Amino acid sequence: MITTQNLTKKFDQITAVENLSLDIPEGEVFGFLGPNGAGKTTTVRMLTSLISPTKGNATVNGFQVGEHDIDIRRSVGLLTETPGMYDNLSAERNLEIYASLYEVEDVQGQVEKYLRFLGLWDRRLDVAATFSKGMKQKLAIARALLHEPKTLFLDEPTAGLDPEASRLVREFILEIKQQGRTIFICTHNLDEADRLCDRIGVFKTRLVVVDSPVNLRRQVFGRKVVFHLIQADQSLVDKIAGHPHVSEANLVENKIVATIEDPETHNPELIRILVGEGADVQFIGELRRSLEDVYLQLVKNA
Amino acid sequence: MNKINTIIRKEWSEVFKNRMVLFTTAFLPLILTAIPLGIIYATSRSGDFSGITGDLPQEFNAFCPENFSGGDCFQVFIVSQFMIMFMIIPLAIPAAISSYSIVGEKVNRSLEPLLATPITTTELLVGKSLSAIIPALIATWAGFTIFIIGSWFMIANPVVIGNFLDTRWLIAIFIIGPLMALSAVSFSIIVSSRVNDPRVAEQVSMIIILPVLAVFFGQMAGIIILNVTFMLVSALLLGLVDAGLVYLSIHLFQRETIITRWK
Repeated sequence: MITTQNLTKKFDQITAVENLSLDIPEGEVFGFLGPNGAGKTTTVRMLTSLISPTKGNATVNGFQVGEHDIDIRRSVGLLTETPGMYDNLSAERNLEIYASLYEVEDVQGQVEKYLRFLGLWDRRLDVAATFSKGMKQKLAIARALLHEPKTLFLDEPTAGLDPEASRLVREFILEIKQQGRTIFICTHNLDEADRLCDRIGVFKTRLVVVDSPVNLRRQVFGRKVVFHLIQADQSLVDKIAGHPHVSEANLVENKIVATIEDPETHNPELIRILVGEGADVQFIGELRRSLEDVYLQLVKNA
Repeated sequence: MNKINTIIRKEWSEVFKNRMVLFTTAFLPLILTAIPLGIIYATSRSGDFSGITGDLPQEFNAFCPENFSGGDCFQVFIVSQFMIMFMIIPLAIPAAISSYSIVGEKVNRSLEPLLATPITTTELLVGKSLSAIIPALIATWAGFTIFIIGSWFMIANPVVIGNFLDTRWLIAIFIIGPLMALSAVSFSIIVSSRVNDPRVAEQVSMIIILPVLAVFFGQMAGIIILNVTFMLVSALLLGLVDAGLVYLSIHLFQRETIITRWK
């Protein structure tokens, strides 16, 4: 569980994070989206008690940032932007060191559990320098999970990985999501955020908006329904546009694209209107905007 | 304590895989122990030194009791000149280890995940410092022990060996040595906060050896006599320098500075 109130971080004259107020309940996967230099990593560093806020409050897993820093670090896992493994040491030794530092009781058991879980058990004695980028990233994820943290911070978990490795990491995140942990993901990968996150916060020094991916699309672009007709004309568009729950309707070739409030309720009535006007409806569907469109629109306006 | 142990073991398993560190730790003490032993070996087989005491610095006569022959005095004098070289060991080894262990973390980008664990800054610094100081002290003391044992076999007069184990050298090895090792580690931490390459860090950190070389050449030139007073004053000054260096290194080793400014 993460709560922040007016969390602010300044470096000399530069404000990296300004008045960030968030409430992330237990078990939620929260995506933190923003352009480079938006302050995402600074936020994660504050929430993991690596750096202290200039102003404002934050609690993580019930512990106050700045007061219970050791408790926070004990209760969270952090995947940093770069894996930062000890390249001269074996995968197993790397994890043993961190398990000891995280005060894990059954060091060997936890190390084996996560090496097996991530498919690295057979390579446990190999030095990390021989690992591919994807394998190092998996090892770094294992490191973040060794002490079974309640909250996991993942800073760009798939940055620089090839599609196969990215997919493996995403599948792994979905698996740990099932375990009910709170996951805070900083990412540029909008497709990833769309697939993994319950809610998304768009951030550019200040928090622009927070909502579920579906609601963000609705907020920014509304819900658009496309009516595919054999033959469409402007009179049919006018009929649809005249409906009290339709805010906008346009003719695009033989399709009518309408912005409709609550399409599940009003679509049947609109279809009846079209049919009543003699239109031949082939099929209808919702026009899905990509999260990228939503993000770019929001960041542009921020 | 457990975390300090973990850091020490981690450092040792990592830094000793670095050839430069391994060379400094293993070979430097051997070389610096072999030099005075070689001198003892050479002087014990050389000609007659009976008239040499008049050529030694006047202040040195205090280390040359009446029952010493000219040859004994010469051995004590010449070995004393090189004994100071032992003091390079507690400086060079910690400088090599800590400059690699801290800048190495920077290069690997492993400091951030390390600082994200529930380890305190004190535990981390103590662990890193001890991992550099312990090998240095073991090497210094082992070298000194080998030197004393080697001397025992080569020197005919046991009183001369007693001269190598007098108060000034015991102060040097057991008090100044650890203080020097602490200086080297603190200085390396300070240097590490400003550079990004372990080799540069190591080279810059080695500057700390210069005062020992100055003392070495000073006594060779007869300007400095290494007596008990000199050793005690040196220990006191080193203690003060250490206090300042430790304060500075802790001040520079702030988590926030490391995370945000150490590039």
